Amino acid sequence: MLNRRQMLQRTAAGLAAGALTGCHTDTAAMIPGRMVDSGMDLGHRLRGSALRGTALPTPDERRRARVVVAGGGIAGLAACHALHCAGVRDVLLIDALAQAGGNSSFGENAVSAYPWGAHYVPLVRADCLPVLELFEELKIIVDRDSNGRPVYDELFLSADPQERLWIYGRWEAGLLPELGSSLEDRAQFARFSAETERLKTVRGDDGKPLFAIPIDDSSADPQWRALDRLRFTDYLHSQGYTSARLHWYVNYCCRDDYGSLASEVSAWAGLHYFCARTGIAANADPGTVVTWPEGNGYLARALLQRASPTLQLRSLVTRIARAGAGVEVDYFDAATARSVRVTADRAVVCLPRFVAAHVVEAGPGLLTPTAVDFSYAPWMVANLTLSQMPGGPGQALAWDNVIYDSELLGYVVATHQSLAQRQRDTVITYYWPLTEHDPATSRTLAAKRPLSEWQNTVAADLLRVHPELRGRIENMDVRVWGHAMIRPTPGFIWGDARRDALQQQPPVFFAHSDMSGISIFEEAYCRGRHAGQLAASALA
Amino acid sequence: MPLRAPLLFSALIVASCGLVYELVAGTLASYLLGDSVTQFSTIIGAYLFSMGVGSWLSRYIRTALLENFVRLEIVLGLVGGCSAAILFLLFGEVTQFRVALYGLVGLIGVLVGLEIPLLLRILQDEYGLADLVARVFAADYVGALIASLLFPLLLVPQLGLIRTAFVFGLLNVAVAWLLLARPRPMARAGIHRLSAALAMIALAAGFAYGDRLMALSEQTQYPGQALFAKWTPYQRIVVTRAADDIRLFLNGNLQFSSRDEYRYHEALVHPIMSTVQAPHRVLVLGGGDGLAVREILKYPSVDSVTLVDLDPEVTSLFARTPFLAALNQSSLRSSKVHVINADAFVWLQGIHERFDAVIVDFPDPSNYSIGKLFSLTFYRRLNAVLSDDGWAVIQSTSPYVARKAFWCVEHTVQAAGLIPAAYHVFVPSFGEWGFVLAGHRPFEPPAHLPADLRYLTPDVMRDMFAFPPDMDRVPTDINRLDNQVLVRYFETEWAHYLAE
Repeated sequence: MLNRRQMLQRTAAGLAAGALTGCHTDTAAMIPGRMVDSGMDLGHRLRGSALRGTALPTPDERRRARVVVAGGGIAGLAACHALHCAGVRDVLLIDALAQAGGNSSFGENAVSAYPWGAHYVPLVRADCLPVLELFEELKIIVDRDSNGRPVYDELFLSADPQERLWIYGRWEAGLLPELGSSLEDRAQFARFSAETERLKTVRGDDGKPLFAIPIDDSSADPQWRALDRLRFTDYLHSQGYTSARLHWYVNYCCRDDYGSLASEVSAWAGLHYFCARTGIAANADPGTVVTWPEGNGYLARALLQRASPTLQLRSLVTRIARAGAGVEVDYFDAATARSVRVTADRAVVCLPRFVAAHVVEAGPGLLTPTAVDFSYAPWMVANLTLSQMPGGPGQALAWDNVIYDSELLGYVVATHQSLAQRQRDTVITYYWPLTEHDPATSRTLAAKRPLSEWQNTVAADLLRVHPELRGRIENMDVRVWGHAMIRPTPGFIWGDARRDALQQQPPVFFAHSDMSGISIFEEAYCRGRHAGQLAASALA
Repeated sequence: MPLRAPLLFSALIVASCGLVYELVAGTLASYLLGDSVTQFSTIIGAYLFSMGVGSWLSRYIRTALLENFVRLEIVLGLVGGCSAAILFLLFGEVTQFRVALYGLVGLIGVLVGLEIPLLLRILQDEYGLADLVARVFAADYVGALIASLLFPLLLVPQLGLIRTAFVFGLLNVAVAWLLLARPRPMARAGIHRLSAALAMIALAAGFAYGDRLMALSEQTQYPGQALFAKWTPYQRIVVTRAADDIRLFLNGNLQFSSRDEYRYHEALVHPIMSTVQAPHRVLVLGGGDGLAVREILKYPSVDSVTLVDLDPEVTSLFARTPFLAALNQSSLRSSKVHVINADAFVWLQGIHERFDAVIVDFPDPSNYSIGKLFSLTFYRRLNAVLSDDGWAVIQSTSPYVARKAFWCVEHTVQAAGLIPAAYHVFVPSFGEWGFVLAGHRPFEPPAHLPADLRYLTPDVMRDMFAFPPDMDRVPTDINRLDNQVLVRYFETEWAHYLAE
């Protein structure tokens, strides 16, 4: 006869085996899907050409453009838009991928459009004029009320319920855990929330807000900037925040916005997330955000349509150099496998710093940027087509659905803004910042990981809380962004490396959200718009 | 020594039984009381609290621990095993159902709460404290895991709730049987064996007849005889008849009773239809039973009625079934009527026509999906499809039961740029019911109505616009897509009303 230990072991082993084999073989074998290109292969040819001598072909074709914009993320698109508004035509936009948009690119299938990265913008701060103007131009802000507060198009405001959290086998409204939180936990939630609310209104000794968007509008008060040299977790401990649940929440927010752990980012950056979003609307509560089925792809598409630059996609910028009063930009076109040299009056470099460092050629009046101290977080994004809406006990399906203590960030529902009464199919987007190792190691491991392993991880996380979705995952595409976002590590935002990176070098102008130290739409847009305007005025 | 293994095994079994009873109660509560967010939460809370009571009470059991444990398993098996069947059968009476639900949850919770403390004490001489607690709780949690995996994946799909409960009742009694089978002197072992055997027979019979119970329970949920019952992709449709009273239920909610529906539909349709000068084009959103259309067709000036209803099963049922078509006087087969089976909001977003009258007869805003059909965005769209002299009317739940919800609709309509007027009517099968009509100028009740109405006269109509103090206007927020306050008002107020 079995003794109880054997029995328990067998039961546990049997359950584990059943759970693992059941779900893993199921999912891996049965879910169709593909790895979506995020430019890593093409990008590595750039590194390869320098390191391993697998040289890209030398340019044997020439063309001309008034302005070249290198890099078609939000910064690049904003630059094109600003150039277009300034009356500059003949703008050539070069991007490595098949679709412009960078982190704001998107996909679409028979069920819905869906994001491949950034998927919302918070209500815009009253002092963030460039983005306010853009949102008015795009009719996202449709009016102002008698107090001057913006009225947003309600179809773009994240519909209720906005967020829910899975904890102890059921869904709760909001992201702060309720069930099982002690009085001490709750007291610390309340204190943290009150403190961050207070800091939203505090101004530094120069009269500027402590935490602004764009980030460079923040106060230079040294007392507060000193927080940039502190790790966020050290700051929290120094303020007496000990609740494991509060730390979970704060860490979740850092992973979500910075792709990094709370212990890896600066206290200034951590607080910026909680204290800089002061936007209000006449017709929405302050925590509401602006979103679309395709996420910020909506904004990327709108900018592209308005700016209508000449597009050179699937092309790798290989060299940017001064040539007389103007510039020369070489690119390798993956479609034709040929290199082309563009002569232009101006160039706007909207590439991340670590790429710019490879392609900008030093010469008279032009320094090669350095990417030292610039650290980037790798991410995985998966889009799952489901033939059944996710359900679950407790709070009804929300836009953002988070699982407590999961390594993954949870999922966003692309059809959440739909007005239809009954939906049976949907697309959900799963996000996973790869924080287990240092970014370089995570990146290397991620590059080797096959589709089936990504699918297994995501499916296991989903089916753990949604057993009803077993067999309902119709498709799962996966995308790995090797350098998804800049990491605001301690000392970076107010340090020398970023300050040096802000130097413009006419006729070459630089714009990218990594120059801000945080990767958000507003930063990329403001930098791109500013660089585009500088380039346009330099032409005039 | 020989008792250790079976007792630890018992810990595993009783844990899974305990969890399954809790899941059964929670699932039933959400099935039968609707998709309310609160069902699972209150069930889990009541259950855990009762377990605490049970654990505390265990201190009063001082002797004959094993014997008492055996008794406990037999009683728990019977109560827990029959719980789902009892609840299904009681569902016809909502108030009684809640008493039974929480009574059963409390009783089962107390019994389950007794189990682990008793087990620990029975085994306290077999192990050191650390070892004992480790083993018993490990078995307990593994049992819970097994149950939580089996319940959604295997048991509910394969057996259904009623038979699942019976299976676990049997398991509880089997634990008693197992312990009785050990050769150890126990007082009154014979009597215990007999009770266990009888309990097992009762539970096995319940399991065998579980399917019939299920069918029976659907009958008892409705008055009279169910004439038609069908799951469509959208909802559960049930039509019943008791004497001359025909009733339609969607997802268990009464839509009309043929005895008094004329009050509802005359009040819904005629105030605005008689106000519009010669209405030509009329839009009906919801209202797939054709009863509102029947009233609309009393106006000879009407050229076209567009009816948009989500579920083709409902519209075809009321167009084709003779005894139902008799109720709506075959309105859905009139050549003036165009039935469109579509999602109303999505359809409304895509049209450019305008209408002289729009009748909005959606179900009550009991979930976030339906809540969107009562939002500011929806009423703005409604405003846009209304002709300059057109009028719209909106079914707006009971101003008596859900006063804030009712006035929230009125305030939201006003925020959409329309000029609203609220009114109410007494429908015996529903109670006091409310509507909000709206147009581009202040409403004046019309002096003339069609001739053959059974309820409405110009005098009666004027009275409908007066609200007594217990239903009068209260301040509310505006219902927007991004706040869905109406769903919250509605849930709170109806839950409060039903709990009284």
